[in-house]
Amino acid sequence: MRITCPICGERDRREFTYRGAALPRPAEDADLDAWHAYVNLRENPAGPLDELWHHEMGCGAWLKVRRNTATHEIHEVTLASDAGLGGAA
Amino acid sequence: MRFSGWRVLKEGLTGNKGWRPHWRDPEPKREYDVIIIGGGGHGLATAYYLAAEHGITNVAVLERGYIGGGNVGRNTTIVRANYYLPGNSEFYSHSLRLWESLEQDLNYNAMMSQRGMINLFHNDGQRDAIVRRGNAVINQGDDAELLDRDGVRRLAPFLNFDSNRFPIMGGLLQRRAGTARHDAVAWGFARGADTRGVDLIQNCEVTGIDVENGRVTGVQTVRGPIRAKKVALAAAGRSGQVAAMAGLTLPIESHVLQAFVSEGIKPIIDHVITFAEGHLYISQSDKGGLVFGSYLDFYSSYAARGNLPMVEHTMETCMAMVPAVGKARLLRSWGGIMDMTPDGSPIIDHAPIDGLYLNCGWCYGGFKATPGSGNVYAHLIATDRPHGAATGFKLDRFRSGIGLMDEEGTGAQHNLH
Repeated sequence: MRITCPICGERDRREFTYRGAALPRPAEDADLDAWHAYVNLRENPAGPLDELWHHEMGCGAWLKVRRNTATHEIHEVTLASDAGLGGAA
Repeated sequence: MRFSGWRVLKEGLTGNKGWRPHWRDPEPKREYDVIIIGGGGHGLATAYYLAAEHGITNVAVLERGYIGGGNVGRNTTIVRANYYLPGNSEFYSHSLRLWESLEQDLNYNAMMSQRGMINLFHNDGQRDAIVRRGNAVINQGDDAELLDRDGVRRLAPFLNFDSNRFPIMGGLLQRRAGTARHDAVAWGFARGADTRGVDLIQNCEVTGIDVENGRVTGVQTVRGPIRAKKVALAAAGRSGQVAAMAGLTLPIESHVLQAFVSEGIKPIIDHVITFAEGHLYISQSDKGGLVFGSYLDFYSSYAARGNLPMVEHTMETCMAMVPAVGKARLLRSWGGIMDMTPDGSPIIDHAPIDGLYLNCGWCYGGFKATPGSGNVYAHLIATDRPHGAATGFKLDRFRSGIGLMDEEGTGAQHNLH
């Protein structure tokens, strides 16, 4: 599996660390159910899924990767900072 | 048809013409008291214990593929009871005791081999953790022995004791741990359930779960609708997709775990041995193949096959621990789909829909749990109360944060357990 980092180009999977599904981060004062959904619950599809990967051994960018969990095919890679997932201080 | 030494002898002398299929291949009925979704180890064990211990025999096990074709036939066959957190510890203790009488209970040779398991440690911190774990295991009523370096060397002289990075300081031995023949476990439970009246229905994928007024009423399948008073999930890596049919979202991510087998070689490894630097586990099958594996591939996957970086890591770790394996050729490798929870421990509980039950989240530890899981799940389905050895496997622990069982202390990250 190879991932094309928007900054570094196509790189081996070994350079990347997996975080999990790319979910919008709730506001700090959001209720318990919102945080439970964010931390624990997963739609867990067998098919395309938006995920967060960290280009740890490359540029250090967080990436939003659309990847098929049934075939490992990678459809789209963008910078997570452009994805509007929240989490700013 | 019962198995015995006499029967084997007789069949051997008469051309083996008297053996019959071990279970029927029935058409699904219109309605059952209990439907179990998933004909793997846990589903079959659940059906067996429902019939054998609770007298509930109007039961169907619906299997998408064939009996024994899922994770129960794709694992590294290790059986053990060395968990240390309350909730897990008494459950795996219960399961190991069921393993010890399983072959007699089922009249089936599951090749249960209590060859012992050694968890190696390589530094002082790991030694402290292992001593603590061993004490917990003894307190739960099971066996654990601390081995020093020479103690390990006597049992497993082929290990790499003098590695500069990972010197072996000792190990924790559980003599009652070991391996069992995974296929035979599935077949034994299948036959045991079938002979007690349970219908095992293969090639019967569930496509929908019917819920009316907050209560489950049956399932839709590729072989037509089937009504049921109770529906019990036992779908392992596919749990999330089956639960979604009832409108539920589970705290589960599915990940791929690879396993490997070498060509058959003469007996060298008598025990199950785990390496604490790199998470390798290895044993030798009765056919002579070395059976081993290590981590998840770490990304979510339903592909049932892994990628090369984890193959490379596993081979490197195996060479670091047992350098002699470098002379053996790798025969095959495969991947299984693991239902990973945020704390690494399973869920056996009521679903938030009446009549629907959950058994999932076994991460990559489901095989050793097979009889225990079936036993306590059958208890829950039959009595609507959790079994005494499985009171901790609550679904709501993730929402409340109360009663989480994170054995490795890695936090709420599904792929790190």
